Formats: sequence, structure tokens, C-alpha cells
Amino acid sequence: MSPRRVVILGYGMAGARLADEIRRRDPAGERVSLTVLGEESHLAYNRVLLSAVVAGTMRPDSVGLHDKAWAERTGVDLRTGACATAIDRGSRRVELADGSFVDYDALVLATGSRPWLPPTEGLTTENGEPAAGVVAFRTLDDCERILAAAKIGAPVAVIGGGLLGLEAARGLAGRGNIVTVVHPVESLMERQLDPGASSVLVRTLGKLGIDFRLGTTAARYLPGDGLKLDDGSHVPADLVVVSAGVRAETKLAIAARLTVDRGVVIDDSLRTSDGRIHAIGDCAQHPGTVSGLVQPAWEQAGVLADLLTGSNAAARYRGTSVTTRLKARDVDLAALGEVHTGSGDPAAEVLSFADASRGRYAKLVVRNDKVAGAIVIGLPDAAATITQLYDRSGHVPSDRLALLLGRALPAGAPTASSPADLPGTALVCRCNSVSKSRLVEAWKGGATDVPELALATRATTGCGGCADAVRGIADWLGAQ
Amino acid sequence: MTAEPRTAVETHCPYCALQCGMSLRGTEVAPRRFPTNAGGLCQKGWTSGALLDSPARLTSPLLRVDGELRPASWADALDLIANKLTAIQAADGLDAVAVFGGGGLTNEKAYLLGKFARVALGTSQIDYNGRFCMSSAAAAGNRAFGLDRGMPFPVTDLAEADVVLLVGANPAETMPPFTQHLRGADLIVVDPRRTPTAELASLHLAPSPGTDLALALGILHAVVADGHLDQSYVDDRTSGFSDAWRIAAAWWPERVERITGVCAADQRRVAAKLASARNAYVLTARGTEQHASGADMVSGWINLALSLGLPGRKGSGFGCLTGQGNGQGGREHGQKADQLPGYRKIDDPAARAHVAGVWGVAPESLPGPGRSAYELLDALGTGNGPKALLVFGSNVVVSAPRSSHIADRLAALDLLVVADLVLSDTAALADVVLPVTQWAEEDGTMTNLEGRVLLRKRAIEPPDGVWTDLEVIAGLAARLGQPAGRFPIDAETVFTELRAASRGGLADYSGISYDRLRSGEALFWPVPDVEHPGTPRMFLDSFAHADGRARFAAVDHTGPAELPDAEFPLQATTGRVLQHYQSGAQTRLVTELNDVVPEAFVEVHPDTAERAGLVDGEWAVVASRRGETSARVRCVTSMRPDVVFLPFHFAGAQRANLLTNPALDPISRMPEFKVCAVRLVRSPV
Repeated sequence: MSPRRVVILGYGMAGARLADEIRRRDPAGERVSLTVLGEESHLAYNRVLLSAVVAGTMRPDSVGLHDKAWAERTGVDLRTGACATAIDRGSRRVELADGSFVDYDALVLATGSRPWLPPTEGLTTENGEPAAGVVAFRTLDDCERILAAAKIGAPVAVIGGGLLGLEAARGLAGRGNIVTVVHPVESLMERQLDPGASSVLVRTLGKLGIDFRLGTTAARYLPGDGLKLDDGSHVPADLVVVSAGVRAETKLAIAARLTVDRGVVIDDSLRTSDGRIHAIGDCAQHPGTVSGLVQPAWEQAGVLADLLTGSNAAARYRGTSVTTRLKARDVDLAALGEVHTGSGDPAAEVLSFADASRGRYAKLVVRNDKVAGAIVIGLPDAAATITQLYDRSGHVPSDRLALLLGRALPAGAPTASSPADLPGTALVCRCNSVSKSRLVEAWKGGATDVPELALATRATTGCGGCADAVRGIADWLGAQ
Repeated sequence: MTAEPRTAVETHCPYCALQCGMSLRGTEVAPRRFPTNAGGLCQKGWTSGALLDSPARLTSPLLRVDGELRPASWADALDLIANKLTAIQAADGLDAVAVFGGGGLTNEKAYLLGKFARVALGTSQIDYNGRFCMSSAAAAGNRAFGLDRGMPFPVTDLAEADVVLLVGANPAETMPPFTQHLRGADLIVVDPRRTPTAELASLHLAPSPGTDLALALGILHAVVADGHLDQSYVDDRTSGFSDAWRIAAAWWPERVERITGVCAADQRRVAAKLASARNAYVLTARGTEQHASGADMVSGWINLALSLGLPGRKGSGFGCLTGQGNGQGGREHGQKADQLPGYRKIDDPAARAHVAGVWGVAPESLPGPGRSAYELLDALGTGNGPKALLVFGSNVVVSAPRSSHIADRLAALDLLVVADLVLSDTAALADVVLPVTQWAEEDGTMTNLEGRVLLRKRAIEPPDGVWTDLEVIAGLAARLGQPAGRFPIDAETVFTELRAASRGGLADYSGISYDRLRSGEALFWPVPDVEHPGTPRMFLDSFAHADGRARFAAVDHTGPAELPDAEFPLQATTGRVLQHYQSGAQTRLVTELNDVVPEAFVEVHPDTAERAGLVDGEWAVVASRRGETSARVRCVTSMRPDVVFLPFHFAGAQRANLLTNPALDPISRMPEFKVCAVRLVRSPV
């Protein structure tokens, strides 16, 4: 049987991952012959790392997902710079701008999303592209444009106080730019944070040199000058970075009359309304899945690879439990599940803690002994534990406070301040199983200093770590 | 044995690979200053003389007659074994007889046992319990450095370290005097449990069991993303970085956090601490090695060490902490299924020719590679599997994974022979039991965790009726028709032959002699000639691959072979306690040790115990897909609520290995001892 011809339309994080997952299951290409069409001229790269590129800790050439030899090594027909113009469902082929076409047995749409630019006067040119001095924060090329335009110390305005906007702002502030974030609502990341968390975040980022204009929008962009806001104020900016959300890239799907809502509608088998066409990642819309994050795209790629290679025909995608994690140096933020539930909800336990001056905030929503939602800022190990409990649907420990604050609480039992407070059964020398009472007994038998106690009990003769404790006990007994 | 006063004899502790120096007067032990232990001894070492005159010692061969083990003469026992082996091989072929060795055997025994299997029995079916111990570290070390010496530097070098990252190692319990070398360092410990070692650390990372590789990838990611990569070292001394990095690039710390439960901030902190240290070490042990992806896990930690330029730099490095007393030497001299002496590969024609020359046999007469330990045990008594098994220095019915199945396989044999000093749990199942000498009663060399070869001289007379393993091998070989002298019984003579067999191999012992060791020389292999001073520090100029470079391995996280589900919602991990050694066959017989920890226990978070209806001190049943075991509940607040811990030293219904998963690493053939899915319930009685 000849291999099934699978064509992946899109060579971003979703498309590249799918190709990898297919080749992991079918390394020799016996079951799937694979064609990947990418619009950008770059090899696929890791979009998650772009914040680090803007921050200057990573070089643009370190973010590649594939090397030059990847396509040849894995037997993939990779075509970068290939612009698809239409999908002919009847004859099952994709038409390209150069007039050529590619036949498929199964087609996968992994076309991703494009940035949304708000209708601010002057922000876009007549054909909808960003104006001079305006960059959307989306692609590797965008990053390089930002780095080229944002001279050290220059003022930069960021439109959008969501996750990506804040990551870009943090990166630019870290490089020495004077950064102002303009956000239309009063609360940052308002879908993921409650107002209390937002105010802690504003304060923390403020200390890192970022200024905020909340509850107002940019009315006009004046190249070389900056933004004029709705409230009449002015934000100086040599560069405007726009991170105001994305829209699924669905042009070809709409033209091919596939069912499209916000994105291309898919079922649990990642199928569109045409059974031969699948969609994954940002361009796809699966019930109950938030788009715009890499994790759902990668999980979808794993399931689809199972299906397309026949490795597991029963594989299904049931949605992804999404955790929002801000990747910004010196700011640790995690948010998940229901974050807006208040203490008025009788069916939920809601715990919270705020310490704005130290940049710490924790809110935990528990239902039926499971984590239903949380916001954790500045308490990284608590965030990690809570996230795992949420992901694995684990029972919340009965000591809720310890969970909420993590390592901020002292670990274990308090240590005895004096040998007198130690219980007799307390193990003093672990290496030789010597308890306090055994040492007391030996002391009463005439072993009154450390060498004699060591001879009598072997305490201190293993790793020697208990020598101070044994000396303390000898001194305490001697003083009585 | 008589009780007249004796002079103290300098020797080494019979248990772990630290091989603490001690002296023995009669059966009285005293600590002795030696670089590895600096005069320290743990309770096991102090009490190690107790088994020398223990009533539990076997002093006569035992033969199973009418279902019972009864004393027999050596001649009768060996005749019976030889006759049966001959008959079985005549009927079912040479591979119908198998041999199972141990990492506690001296170099001489390990060497002669391998020769006995390949030459006297002509079987390919030989492996040893070190497969359950060091195989993943060995595979990863060979892959990265071209050579596997657990610690390629003296243990005392650690005293100069600013930062030490210990991964899956609990030396505060498993080799307590070792922790003296860590006293000056900023210690970071990776362990799902808050062990006594973790208590010593300034930073303890507690990943979910079986997610170590994700953690290593996350820290490597942080090294690169935060600008800590030692680019000139990577360029000059390594190869393969870009392929390894492309995998790590997909494991940004926030993603790793969700898999491991270790927060991204701590991953970055580890990267920064290691990078800012003048001297730093990364050390692994069984916690990260005993997995079905154990070799890749170790490679992940080696990749991290390489990215920071640690291996092969004086004052820094990567190492693994070998467990068993001769766990290092035991994996070098040919008791491993795919190996010949000198760390040679049995499928390498040049290696076969060299060793066959030393042995005086035709290279083509040597069998090829055989089954790995678990596969060997799993095949016993099956259609094309071995029908007879000879066990030396191992207690497989306690120490192998899925141990109820192993007991079934042993029961299906036509002949099980066990040589041991006490009636171990495996010996109790045997058809023939052979009483053998132990450490202080025989000469032999051990290679400790740093690759230093130690001479352990005979200190006392063995009890009457007991033979050395070398005598047993020679006695059997003679009965199997081997020429006189081919299997010497004198340890030094065997060692001289081992030197010749190892000459030119990776683990080259040819320059080491008993005389040099007697004179007190500190000899670390390789020692290629008698003038050579030995090699305390390896890789300073070059790694052992042909191009002299260390290799990054392109490894990716896969996770545990068995994940928790509704039926088995918890994860069990296994390990050791301070008072017991390995299967406990010896230490359970030492009253002073057994009084401290007399029975199996299960460490569990108080919430998890409560949810199972259990209270501290109650007996519980822990069950997996493979079986169930009994253990007394110990509530420990620092446990992850989704994890339970069981020590593996106990026998019968308290065997932790009744639970464990025999999923094998594809490279090292290591079973997944360190994580399996279980449930915890009240004991029915």
C-alpha cells in the first residue's frame, strides 16, 4: 500500500510539531508521505522564546525548531515561502501562488493566527499593514524589527496589557527602554486576573520601570511622537508595539466553505466539516479550548499524528486544561481555572492572601476538595504545586494555608532551641541510630565529653554532622 | 574459628561502594582513616563483624531432598550440580544453563565467573544484579564520554566544590560518611522525597516521580535562555549540542513546571547557581537511573553538565554514585551479558580474539551476547529459556522487579544453585545451596565508586565447611572437564590473569599488582603498565571517544512507563534505609540493625493515609498491577500527597518489588524500579 499523502498547511509551532509527531510514529515514511507548506521563509521556530529574544537573553538563531537538514533527514517535502491560494476540496488539492498545486489524501490546516490591530487613527496604513514605527509582536521578523527600532533608552509604548504585551514590556524594560503599557480596561490580563492580582502586578512591574495607562485607549498615533490617548494624555514613543489580541487565520477555510466560527470548527478527531481536512492550533476552534497558546496546539498535534499514522485510531482530543503563565524575568505569575469566584459563593472555598509591597498575591478556589481556580503571584513553588494539583485533579491538602503559601512557611517541625526541649526518642546521630536518651544514659555512665560519648554510643562517628548537637547535650547535662 | 587475640587487619567495609576504611580485630570493627570515609563509619559498617561468627552462617552444602534442604558433602553437591548441568546442556543446548552474578563480588570472582560461563559452560546466558543498579549510568556515561567510570575523579575533590547538584541520591542514608565531602558546598538535591540528604540542601527540588528528564531539560533550557552556556567549551570539547538543544528548546521552565511540579524559578536558580560556581559537580544515583528511560535521564543530566563546561575540568565534573561494594569493578570484567573483561564488548572481534588468547581457547568458541538480567530471569524455565541457574552473590527473589513472577520462574527450573554466606531468600528456594566465604575471610580486590582499586586481604579464618567462590568455580569447572589450572583458586593468581585480559581495554588493570596495592599505592584505573601512576582524574585533556570530544545526547522526556489512573491513583517509589543493605539478606540478620528497622513501612502523606482510612503505625496493603505488599504506615508531612515510598530490603509478603514495573530501558535494560502506579488500602487483618 502506498503511503497516505498528508499535506500540512502552515509551518509554525503547530505544523512543525505535527510533522515531528508523525515522523516519530512513522520514521521511515512507510505510512505517511508528508508535505509541509510554510509561508515564512524561515525554518519553523519556537514562538514561546520570542520574549527572551526581545529581552536580549537569547539570540534569534537559537529559537529554531528544526535545522536545515531536518526535511531531508526525515523525508519531508518542505516548501518554505510557499503561499497557498486555495483549497480545491473536489479534486483534493492545494493551489499555490506560483500556479502549482499539491494533491492530498488528508489536509491539515495549521495556519495559525494574525495579530489584531485596534482601530486607532494612524496605526495602520491604507492596506491594513502596521504604519512606520508600529510593530505587532508576533513573528521572529517582528522581534528583529522591535530590536532594531527600540534603541536602548528610547521610549516605547505597548498597546495591550495581556500576557504577550506584558512579556514584551518586561523584555523591553529589561533592555533599558522607557515602557508605557496602554490597556483599555482597568485591570491587566482581566480574563486571567482579578482586580487584586492586577494591582499587585501593576506595582511589581512598576518597580521594574514600566508605566501603565489603564482604562483608556489610544486615539491617535503620531509617528515619531507617540500616542494620544482617549483621556487626552500623551504617551511619548519612538516605537509602538501592538499586542492587542489575535484572530484565527481562516481565509482559505472560508473560501473552501468549511464551517468557520471564530476559527475553523473541529471535533474531537480534529476534523473540520470536511472529513479529509483537519485543523489544529490557533486557526482551529475546538469546544472548550482557548486558542492562542502552544499547549493545546501540541496536544492536538499528538492526537492527530496518532490518527493520521494509524498508531492509535481511538485517539481523541478532549480539550486542554489551560494555565496562564507569565514568562517575564523577576515576575512569577500563574493563573488557572475560575479566577473571578468571590467568597460569596457558598459552594466554593476561596482563600486569598495579598502582600502588594513584596509583590505577592495568592488566591485559591477549591470545590469538592479539588483546585477549581487560582492566581499566584510571587510565590513560585506554591504556583507549581497548585498547578499540578489542578492538572492532575488531585485532592487539595487539608493544610490549605501551607499549600497557598508554599515555601514561605517554615518547613517541618520547629527545631528545639535547647537540648532540654528535645524528646528522649529524638534521633541525634542518624548514621548510628543514637537517640538523645541513649546519650543521656551514656553520660550518666561516665562519658561526659564528645570523644567519650562517641566511644560509648558511636554518635558522631558516621558523617560527623551531629558533633555540635552531641556537644550541646554534653554541655547541657554538665550544667545541670 | 578460634578466639585467640589477633592483630588488627586493615580492611574495608563489606557493604557499599564507598568502601570505608576500617580495621578488624577478630570480629571487632574499628573505623580507620581512608580518603573516602575520613575515619567515619555508619551503623552498618560498625556492625559488619556480626555476620562473621553469626549462627546464621551456612557451613555445609545443602541439597533439597523430598522438598527439604539437607546437609551434604561438597563432593556430593558439586557432583550432583555438574551431572545435572551436563545432562541439561546435552538435552537442551549450552544456553540451557544460566549464571547470575552480583555487584558485591570481588573483581576476581566477577572475572572468573564470566570466564566460567563462557568457557566451562559455553553459555551466553550470564548477567548480574548490577544491571538493576548501574546499567543506566554506565550506558549514558559510555555514550557521552566514551567510557564509564562512575566518578572520574577522587571523591575528595568534592571538598573544593562551591555547588553540588545531587540527583536521585540519598547518601545521608546510603553512604553516610560520603556527606563529609559535601560540607563546603552549596548543595542542591533533586528527589521526590524530602530525604535526610534533602534536609542538608540549600535547595530541594521535588519532582513528580519519573519526570527527571523533563527537569534536566528545563534547567538546560534556563542555562541557554539566561545566557549561562559555556560556548567555548561546547565548541572546543563537545559535539552534538545543537540537536540536544533543539529538544531542550521546547522545554521552557514553565512547561517543565507543569510536568514536574518544580517551579520555573527554581529551575532558573539551579542554572544560575551552577553557572556562577567556580567549581561545580553534577552527581546522579539510582533515583534518576532506575527508570525505563533511565539512560536518557542520565544523559539529560550529563547534557546539563556539558552545557556548563563541567566534565573534564579539574575541580568540576559529572559523576554517578555507584551503589554496591564492587559495583564499579563488577561491571568491568565480564559478568555482564554483552561484555568481556576490561570493559570490552563481546561482539567486538578484536576483543574476542584478545580475551580468547588469554584464556587459551578459540575466539569462535566464545558465545555471543546473552539476555539482560530481567529478561534472563523472565525466561527461566520457559520454552527456549534456561533450565538451570547458578546464582552467586545475589538475592533475586527480593531484588528483581515483579518478584512474585520471578519466584514462579525460579520454581520452573530443573536446577537452581545458590552460593551465599547465609540462607538468603533465594537460597531458601534452591535445589543446592553452597556456603561461601565473605569479605574478611578471603583475599580479593574491589573497585570503589571513584575507580580506585582496593586490596581486601584475608583477615580471619573462614568457618569450617565453607569454600571461597573461586574454589566453587574451580571445583565445578574440573567436574565439567576443564583442564587443571584454567580456573585458579588463588585470588592473586586470578588477578594476574585479569590484568592480562584487561590489557588494552577501557578498564585497563594491567599495571595494577597485589604488590603495588600492598605497598599502599592509590591506583585508579586505567593503569596500563606497572610504571604508570594510575589515573585519578580522567578526561582533563580529552574524552574517550575517537575524536576526543564528549557527546551531547539528543534525548527527550517520555515520562513513567505506567501512569496513575482511577484504579491505581498513587505513585510508589522505592529506596533504602540507613540500617539495611540491598535485599537485607545480611543486615536483617544483624540484630543491632534489625532492631532499628525490623519491618517494611510505607511513607505516606497524612492526608493520603486518612483518605485510605489509615493511621500512623497501622499495617497497610500497597497494591499494583503486579501484586501487593504489606507495610506499616509512616505518616510523613513532607511527602507529596500523590507519592508513597517503600524500602526494598524486606522479604516474603513485605517485598517492595512485588509492586515494581519490569518495563525495561531500551538501551541499558534497566527496569523501572523507581515509579509505578499503586493504591493504598487497609490491611484485611
